[in-house]
Amino acid sequence: MIKTKEIKFNYDNQVFFKFHDINLESGENLLIIGNSGIGKTTLLHLLSGLLKSNSGSIELFGKELTKLSSFQLDIFRRDNIGIVFQKPHFVNSLTVKENLELAQYIANKKDNKRIENILKNLNIFDKLNKKTNQLSQGEKQRVSIALAIVNSPKLILADEPTSSLDDDNCSNVIKLLKKQATDFGAQLIVITHDSRLKKHFKKSIEL
Amino acid sequence: MNIFKLSIKNIFNKPLSSLITVALLALGIGIISLLLQLNSLIKDQMENNLRGIDMVVGAKGSPLQLILSSVYHIDSPTGNISLEEAEEISNNKMVGSSIKLLYGDNYKGYRIVGAEKKLIELYKGVIKQGKEWDNPYEVLVGSKVYEKLNIKLGDNLITSHGLRETGQSHSDKSFKVVGLLESSNSVMDQLIITSPESVWNIHSSHDDEEYEDENKEITAMLIKFKSPMNIIRFPRQINENTNLQAAVPSYEISRLFKLFGFGIETLTYLAYLIIIVSGFSLFINLFNSMNDRKYEMALIRTLGASRFQLSRMIIFESLILTIAGFAIGLLFSRFGVMFVSSLMDESINYNLDSIKILNEEYWLLGLSFLIGLISSLIPAIQVYKMNISKILADE
Repeated sequence: MIKTKEIKFNYDNQVFFKFHDINLESGENLLIIGNSGIGKTTLLHLLSGLLKSNSGSIELFGKELTKLSSFQLDIFRRDNIGIVFQKPHFVNSLTVKENLELAQYIANKKDNKRIENILKNLNIFDKLNKKTNQLSQGEKQRVSIALAIVNSPKLILADEPTSSLDDDNCSNVIKLLKKQATDFGAQLIVITHDSRLKKHFKKSIEL
Repeated sequence: MNIFKLSIKNIFNKPLSSLITVALLALGIGIISLLLQLNSLIKDQMENNLRGIDMVVGAKGSPLQLILSSVYHIDSPTGNISLEEAEEISNNKMVGSSIKLLYGDNYKGYRIVGAEKKLIELYKGVIKQGKEWDNPYEVLVGSKVYEKLNIKLGDNLITSHGLRETGQSHSDKSFKVVGLLESSNSVMDQLIITSPESVWNIHSSHDDEEYEDENKEITAMLIKFKSPMNIIRFPRQINENTNLQAAVPSYEISRLFKLFGFGIETLTYLAYLIIIVSGFSLFINLFNSMNDRKYEMALIRTLGASRFQLSRMIIFESLILTIAGFAIGLLFSRFGVMFVSSLMDESINYNLDSIKILNEEYWLLGLSFLIGLISSLIPAIQVYKMNISKILADE
């Protein structure tokens, strides 16, 4: 259950954002679509607890995020949310496997089997021991999806996952994301300006 | 995977900048530790050899030279004094015990000292093989000498005149090895000891049957007082009232240490400067890497790592580098000591062994730790206060 109500946010009393309410039953995916500068990334950060809203309520899986301390938010994010960034980021000194192991360590987990399963499912198992800067763009995106789902989150948040892709790849990536979400039992929220994605989602809201 | 491992991986990911920091710190720590070690070893060695010697009497000249030649056997003697005058002093009621020393010859660079048997007791010498001398021309050989020159019991040593190898050799007369000494960790290890008569005889005209007592000379006399109080009055009396020279070893040695202490101090300051520079280099490395790594740190935070964990990663990186620098510096100083020791062994038959960890080196470890902590403080605070949302929005 994901429920937001009258979230407002402002940066340094200058830029004000007011967001539509979100109501998502468990099992449902959501597309949030809007043009640049309308606060898409801000909303994603609010939903993941990276930012705290000025007013309104954000309820995720029965927890009211606005009432958590930043330390509690770290833990909540760790246990419940996986984020796929527009541009993939990794710890550059580590290999693909080590990056995933680090993510597990942070969540107090250790499960090599799961790492293998995820990488096989994403068709990049052969890149297990590669440094992340040796990967192609597409492989990087897959590894960043792997990082988002390695700790079995209940919610996957994706920020503009397809903005720089051609139509074929765009559709591949979004199918991949949806498949991973289904395979590993997570809900998916994609935030984008890419209207090509509309056809892939039953439920969408425009900012 | 854990934070510590991550820190190590990060260090190896930029080996060059890590290397320069470690090298600088190792250099600074190494220099200080080397100076400390040498200072302590030389002081130990010098003081060890001073035990039981309150005053040295010899011919007029430099007091330091007198001490170096007759206590440490590393300089030429100041000259000879008459046995008669020496005996007058040793009979003085303030004198507890005295040992007469005579020099004259060497065997392949090692000194042959004519001495009373009390010298062996002074250095707590133990005979390993053979016995003490009974007759002139019989010698006891110090451990370093027989090890180096492979001398065995019963060997005949043909000596050369003077204290250096190049002297004219007494081909007609040789010394017989009657005893080998156990190592005593003192100067005695590098001496060949014989009776005073041997030295008197070898240098007298061979036609004379008996050497007249009043003509006999000795090189120096080691003296122990009955009471330590005499150390102030007695040497001055000798220096003022006789044509002998009295020198107090402990005083001369502390004067010597003051002389080269200035050089050591300058070098130590230089080394501390290098350590400070290494701290700056460490700080700049960490600070720069903050910017290069801001996205990956934001990623680690979004994965749920706490601010503390990230700060800890930075502090670990810093500490690993400084502790590595400390360890390499210490290793470097040990090799330095070994090198200097082998140099000294070759040139003046002196060697320094027994390397231990000095208290000051624990301080250096603390200092390295502190530098690691201080250098990483600002970067760690920066990471702690990092606004991940802003970094990720800026991409």
